[in-house]
Amino acid sequence: MTRGNPERVAAATLLVALVLLGCKREQRRFSDMSRPTASDNGIIMSELQPGPAVIHSAVQNSYDDNAYAVAEGKRLFDQMNCSGCHSHGGGGIGPPLTDDDWIYGSDPQNIFATITEGRPNGMPSFRGRIPPQQIWELTAYVRALGGLQGKAIRTTRDDHMMYKESEQARNKGHPSPTFVPSK
Amino acid sequence: MTCARPRIPCESSVRHSVIALAIALSGCSGIQSALDPKGPKAAGVLHLTWFLVGTAAVVYVVVVAMLVWVLRRGSQSPVDLDPKLGTEVTEHHGGMKTWVVSATVMTTIILIGFVFVDLSTARSLSTVGGAAPLRIDVVGHQWWWEVKYPDPNDPQNDIETANEIHVPVGRAVLIKMKSGDVIHSFWAPNLDGKKDLIPGHETVTWFRADTVGVYRGQCAEFCGYEHAKMAFYVVAEPRIEFERWLAQQRAEASTPGDSLAQGGERVFLSSSCAMCHSIAGTGAGSNNGPDLTHLASRRTIAAGTLPNTAANLESWILDPQMIKPGAKMPANRIDPQSLRALVAYLQELK
Repeated sequence: MTRGNPERVAAATLLVALVLLGCKREQRRFSDMSRPTASDNGIIMSELQPGPAVIHSAVQNSYDDNAYAVAEGKRLFDQMNCSGCHSHGGGGIGPPLTDDDWIYGSDPQNIFATITEGRPNGMPSFRGRIPPQQIWELTAYVRALGGLQGKAIRTTRDDHMMYKESEQARNKGHPSPTFVPSK
Repeated sequence: MTCARPRIPCESSVRHSVIALAIALSGCSGIQSALDPKGPKAAGVLHLTWFLVGTAAVVYVVVVAMLVWVLRRGSQSPVDLDPKLGTEVTEHHGGMKTWVVSATVMTTIILIGFVFVDLSTARSLSTVGGAAPLRIDVVGHQWWWEVKYPDPNDPQNDIETANEIHVPVGRAVLIKMKSGDVIHSFWAPNLDGKKDLIPGHETVTWFRADTVGVYRGQCAEFCGYEHAKMAFYVVAEPRIEFERWLAQQRAEASTPGDSLAQGGERVFLSSSCAMCHSIAGTGAGSNNGPDLTHLASRRTIAAGTLPNTAANLESWILDPQMIKPGAKMPANRIDPQSLRALVAYLQELK
């Protein structure tokens, strides 16, 4: 055989890609000190700016599409008492996180900034209280709550004793445009 | 025991030598050995074990002896094989049936005997050995043991500690167990058999330590990454010492003495430490991680992983993931000065 069947090559490539995707899904990084903090990651909270338009570069959360990080975020969401106000994503004292309204933006860096800096009307600032690595894990989980994570990281069932579908196993939301307070 | 001044280094060196001694002795005396029982429960299980092993050994010897005898006898008078009559050949050698029947009957009697011995041991072990047992609540977590001593008369006297269970010698201890996450198993082999901690279901066990000593136990049900580093110590001490320990644990954390430790308290309360750990008498009241009110009184940190020394505390706080990868405590960015102050504070929490 001199030349590979293109279909086979494509299938093999796809298989390798799928396997590599699985690596990312299950990768566990226990100690990750190299995460950027809110102050140096170029988050812009307002569309208004002086001078010519700034080209906005989105900061990627390297924990996106990582099932372990999302599961850790879920644990922290309860332990750091996010559930106290946001319930388990359904909202209560704080706004719900499972809908497609994102008052302060749905991008990872916006959610990171919301947790780090706090927001008016009750969202406390967790700066210095939660290490950046764990805030990024929380960010990954919050995005999963809103259906913004890939299907691959969905857990089939919840961690609780009572069997129910996990709350991150939702269909993808359609976030409101970033920077525009919807309410 | 009298300690020369200064007091703190002396006590800590005593603690270190106790740990060193315990580790050195673990080879021979067995601080974690089911073959070295220090209480009625472990002794009962060991008696049963020896009975079963002894009986099995006798049966083994008898069976092998008879096999040898049969083989030797066979070689002296070879079996008269009849190629045409197959199975009926055995009929020529009378007694085969008798042997098979008697061996079956003997086996049945021995096995039924085992059941009765086993049941009677289980029955005697299920009864708490002693009136007015001390109640202790244990909650298993990934990967540490939460230990509480509820006071039935005054909830204010409840105490909470971690990974170290102090018990008075000669008094039965009733342990109620729960799990915070997955199934764990409580096992201090010198004192008791294994007992599982099941999520959503309370289980109960009891033991009694009849000899003063420090015994090591550990989780005996695979529970994730750091299952192997989920150990605990049972410190069996005379009643007076136990009462003293109890009174000391009931106290709130003392106000730090020098300015270094005061700075350490500030670091603790203003950083991520306070988000997971509690120290009674301060604003830190979270229960995600072990209670640290009397951390310095414990022998080890990280569930029996490291001796409780300043150097170990420093490296643990900086990056627990180097020591116990997967542990729920994250790595912390903290400058050397704050770290020194923090450790000085933690070492004052006697």
